[in-house]
Amino acid sequence: MTTTDRCPVAFPLRRPGRPFPPVEYADFRRTEGLVKSTLPSGVPVWLVTRHEDVRTVLTDPRISSNPSHPGFPRAAKTGGVPSQDQVPGWFVALDPPEHGRFRKTLIPEFTVRKVREMRPAIQQIVDARIDALLAAGNTADLIADFALSVPSLVISDLLGVPHVDRDFFEAKTRVLVTLTSTDAERESATKALMRYLNRLITIKQRRPGDDLISRLLADGTISRQELTGVSMLLLIAGHETTANNIGLGVVTLLSNPRWIGDERAVEELLRYYSVADLVAFRVAVEDVEIGGQLIAAGEGIVPLVAAANHDGTVFDRPDEFDPERSARSHVAFGYGVHQCLGQNLVRVEMDIAYRTLFSRIPTLELAVPVEELSLKYDGVLFGLHELPVRWSSTEE
Amino acid sequence: MVRISVDTERCVGAGQCVLSAPDVFDQDDHGIVTVLEEPADEPARDAARQAGLVCPSQAITVAES
Repeated sequence: MTTTDRCPVAFPLRRPGRPFPPVEYADFRRTEGLVKSTLPSGVPVWLVTRHEDVRTVLTDPRISSNPSHPGFPRAAKTGGVPSQDQVPGWFVALDPPEHGRFRKTLIPEFTVRKVREMRPAIQQIVDARIDALLAAGNTADLIADFALSVPSLVISDLLGVPHVDRDFFEAKTRVLVTLTSTDAERESATKALMRYLNRLITIKQRRPGDDLISRLLADGTISRQELTGVSMLLLIAGHETTANNIGLGVVTLLSNPRWIGDERAVEELLRYYSVADLVAFRVAVEDVEIGGQLIAAGEGIVPLVAAANHDGTVFDRPDEFDPERSARSHVAFGYGVHQCLGQNLVRVEMDIAYRTLFSRIPTLELAVPVEELSLKYDGVLFGLHELPVRWSSTEE
Repeated sequence: MVRISVDTERCVGAGQCVLSAPDVFDQDDHGIVTVLEEPADEPARDAARQAGLVCPSQAITVAES
């Protein structure tokens, strides 16, 4: 065990460019014990970077996801994980056993089989987006016009959110996933989303549809009040993360075309980019030792999944995109009881998006040099702001 | 030979076992892990071991016997 105090490093660290996690992560993984950092909020935290340690942090019952515990780290300069008082039903901020009621109620909706049954509907959405791309000309911003619209439409259909409200919920979500948003902006976006979903739930109480919100209302395990936070969480998590994954993956597959249509590429892309590196925040509720480091009760912990997914002791040549490796032990979706509920939906959406896009627009190429792509350094989630592409006008 | 046991109380329904070893594991109507059949050959045993390693809630034990 080490108790040496090191100079705290800044957080979040900057990704040096496509696609690698911050170069410092490699040093941190080799460092004895853990590395101390300070969040933009001024709160000191322990950064966890080794694959094994990240998995331990995400499963140790002495480590909590609940922001009501003293010392819970606030991520951004302002704001952070909402408490149950702020957003009732925001179940990622609950520990077992309270968390289990939400998880158990929701998992039947996201099983491998359920998601497989959604494939034809997802295929239709993807095809319609590509029809629109082709009809509009031979250039596009593939983020706005495809990578974001596909998962937004998929999660809207699942929840029963009207398509016309897409611009609204995408804009509010963008505020919440931008690190530089102010407290006031964050609070107003949260309140607007809650008001909106509250109204939607009331409508569904009167006129139930064939959608997840209506099914949860009928089931009753999740209360009417909690349903606001649950649907907000699913709506946000359901489009932003997938959008970033689809966008980044297109760039990689353009230069690695032999992997188009291979499901292993999807798994490797999830590992390679680890877009949700800055998502998990935890606090120790008892003294606990992680990776040879004593963490005192009340100290904040940030398990960095991109660091874990580029741990060379688990993944050979971790900074290479190599779908032939077995990437399945990646923690891009987290680990432990909070591991992404929608992960199978993400996989299927990525798979269908790539297959269809490259088969229907085989001359697709970047419209700017890859070095000029605008990366989301200001985001909670890593990704691209825009993805300018073009294709031969004789397509279709 | 391997012996597979699952803890349905621990299971969080991520479905990673079904993706890793679809011949061995399935999810029931509640999304909870169930064992379809004991792995019959070495590739299936390997897949089951892999499922045990990636299970996020450590609900799967694959004991060598």
